[in-house]
Amino acid sequence: MDVKIERLRESLKISLKGELDEHAARGVLLRFGELESQALPARCVLDLSALGFTDSSGIAVLLGLERRVRDAGGELSVVNIPSQARRVFDAAGLSRIMRFE
Amino acid sequence: MRPINEMTLTFPARSVNEGFARLSAAAFAAQLDPTMDELGDIKTVISEAVTNCIVHAYPDALGSVRMRCRIYPDGRFEASVSDGGVGIADIEKAREPMFSTGGAERSGMGFTIMESFADSFTVRSRPGKGTTVRFTKRISPRAKR
Ligand SMILES: Nc1ncnc2c1ncn2[C@@H]1O[C@H](COP(=O)(O)OP(=O)(O)OP(=O)(O)O)[C@@H](O)[C@H]1O
Ligand SMILES: [Mg+2]
Repeated sequence: MDVKIERLRESLKISLKGELDEHAARGVLLRFGELESQALPARCVLDLSALGFTDSSGIAVLLGLERRVRDAGGELSVVNIPSQARRVFDAAGLSRIMRFE
Repeated sequence: MRPINEMTLTFPARSVNEGFARLSAAAFAAQLDPTMDELGDIKTVISEAVTNCIVHAYPDALGSVRMRCRIYPDGRFEASVSDGGVGIADIEKAREPMFSTGGAERSGMGFTIMESFADSFTVRSRPGKGTTVRFTKRISPRAKR
């Protein structure tokens, strides 16, 4: 799985490309760990347009990222969610606790 | 009803095999000419079931996972995923949303997702012996789409 982290002027954009399962989640969590020590911009965007597949491992990844961003005083929005991922997140009721666009 | 085709795969409970298992099941199910959504549903349930065997069944050893897929003349896809691991003492509890014995990287939503993506779904388990989950997915006939 490819994780791209871009610092834009006033926001942070994270893009995931490939399949996010338990195997891939380990690498993704390591990359997100890099964000720990840095000051995060108030607005963070997670772009899932190139996410080919996800399962419940992706839910934990999203929740962990959301918490990290919120703890830093920011807000996370998740954009361009493909239909398979959307159905997984909906089955888990994720749209009630996170911002999906 | 007798299956018109079936296949069984056995592989070590290693995380690299999660992708292998769901892609193999999807390639097999392709004989029923499913839609992208139906294929996505099958991949999702397989991925959850196989990941559970890999993450939960074998805490101290590298065990194996067996996946059997069948297709039926009425257009049903059926799969079972089994391990010979620690088993589940209280299945009802394990199936509750957000119940997990895993750490922060688990959400406890695997069974909930499997239930909502499959047409029928059962879990059988014996502590110390292992766990089998079985599900079916109806593939809509092409002419009706
Ligand atoms: N094959 C298995 N062997 C042993 N225990 C299992 C197995 N499958 C599930 N369990 C138990 O059932 C619990 C619930 O499983 P479920 O898939 O719903 O959630 P999870 O795997 O903990 O988290 P998630 O699937 O969201 O990553 C697990 O935490 C585990 O205790
Ligand atoms: Mg699980």
